[in-house]
Amino acid sequence: MLRVAYLKAGPLPPLSFQVENGTCLAVEGPSGSGKSSLLRAIADLDPSSGQVFIDGAARHEIDPQAWRRAVRYVAAEPGWWTDTPRPTFETAFQGGAPAPASKVLRLLHRLGLTEGQLDQSLQTLSTGERQRLALARAVLDEPRVLLLDEPTAALDAATAALVEELLKYLMLSGLCLLLASHDQGLIARLSDARLQLAKMPAPRHGPSRAVL
Amino acid sequence: MGYAPLSLTDLAVSSVLLVASGALSLALRLGLARNMATAALRMVLQLAVVALLLKFIFEVDSPWWTALLAAVMFIGATYETVSRQTWRLPGWQTWMLGAGPQFFIGLMTTLIATAAVIGSDPWYAPRYVLPILGMVLGNTLSGVSLVLDSIVDGASRGRAGIEAQLALGASRFEAMSQVMRRGFTTGLMPILSSMAATGIVTLPGMMTGQIMAGVNPVDAAKYQVMILLLISGATALSVLVAGLGAVLLLTDERHRLRLDRLLARATTQ
Repeated sequence: MLRVAYLKAGPLPPLSFQVENGTCLAVEGPSGSGKSSLLRAIADLDPSSGQVFIDGAARHEIDPQAWRRAVRYVAAEPGWWTDTPRPTFETAFQGGAPAPASKVLRLLHRLGLTEGQLDQSLQTLSTGERQRLALARAVLDEPRVLLLDEPTAALDAATAALVEELLKYLMLSGLCLLLASHDQGLIARLSDARLQLAKMPAPRHGPSRAVL
Repeated sequence: MGYAPLSLTDLAVSSVLLVASGALSLALRLGLARNMATAALRMVLQLAVVALLLKFIFEVDSPWWTALLAAVMFIGATYETVSRQTWRLPGWQTWMLGAGPQFFIGLMTTLIATAAVIGSDPWYAPRYVLPILGMVLGNTLSGVSLVLDSIVDGASRGRAGIEAQLALGASRFEAMSQVMRRGFTTGLMPILSSMAATGIVTLPGMMTGQIMAGVNPVDAAKYQVMILLLISGATALSVLVAGLGAVLLLTDERHRLRLDRLLARATTQ
């Protein structure tokens, strides 16, 4: 279970909510309302004040690498640091063991990708392919919380359905999902609760409210 | 053997080719004459001032005057390093990165050279301290400038990739490892290539000078080897320390990338 208490992320007002294991919280709001800021702050990629707990353990008591292995953020346009996707699938940080190749292949197939795409130059892969590859990499080591930023934005209906299937499957095994998306259909089918972020006014002090 | 002192007439003769090219540029309206004249005059003036200053300092032979000139050289090197950067960190951090490694490592190297290697008497003899410090700082300056610029630039451009690694549970050093490696390579490139070219493409200025002053080439080469070893060691250490410092300042103890700390610099250059 992920619990957020008075989390102050970027321009957002303090937010408190919780997401049970195996459920999905949809984070909604117009562009610029701070959806990404919220997800990044939960993953501790940006400084924030307030508390975040996972199964009762406070974030500040857990070292940041371990936190991000459990609480995984996937950007809307995921970044890469190699020429082809394969090395990123074979890297395990902090001396961990890489996932077995069979697991990688299973994940790729679930998302409609092929093994050959692992060796394709990232520049020649489409945005949607890169997005699905990043999702596959993100769930490879089985994080407990997944923070997804527009996971289907670059996908056609058929591949978006594959992503949705995978997310449902992961939630069955207890994944906590935070889903920032503009896809109302996806939100309706996946989410158990919604967090509505108000449009941020230009000045710092504004009537922005979060309603659960 | 000895050296042949030059008269002012000799210097005037040396300027013949430069003057000729200036005249050519004027005739063809290439617009180069003015820049060339300014640069040449500046060079003559700077060297004249430095020569008189060094003459004075060698004559008084005081550790205080030596320290004062060394301090001016440090400040110059720091200013030059920092002003070559297109970014700033708030407060004293930029200056610390630009000055710290060069100061400690430059000082250490120079003292090793004069006290332990050359064994000059006294150890602060300005005739040895100042030229060696100058050569060391000249090289650490370019190494540190390059590594800082490369790491900041690499972190800004590679932001998405670095944060993707952090999000997967990488430590800040794992996530920055490519940027660091590229930075260190860039910072060390000038000194590595100058060591590789020495004796094949170029005869180092110091060795040439000693040979023209009548020193046996083997002895001159030994001096050059000592200087290049010290310079490359000092540059490598400064580059590593400055590079690690830059990585630490661009990340924080929660292993986040903190590009928000960078201040874009007003483009005054």
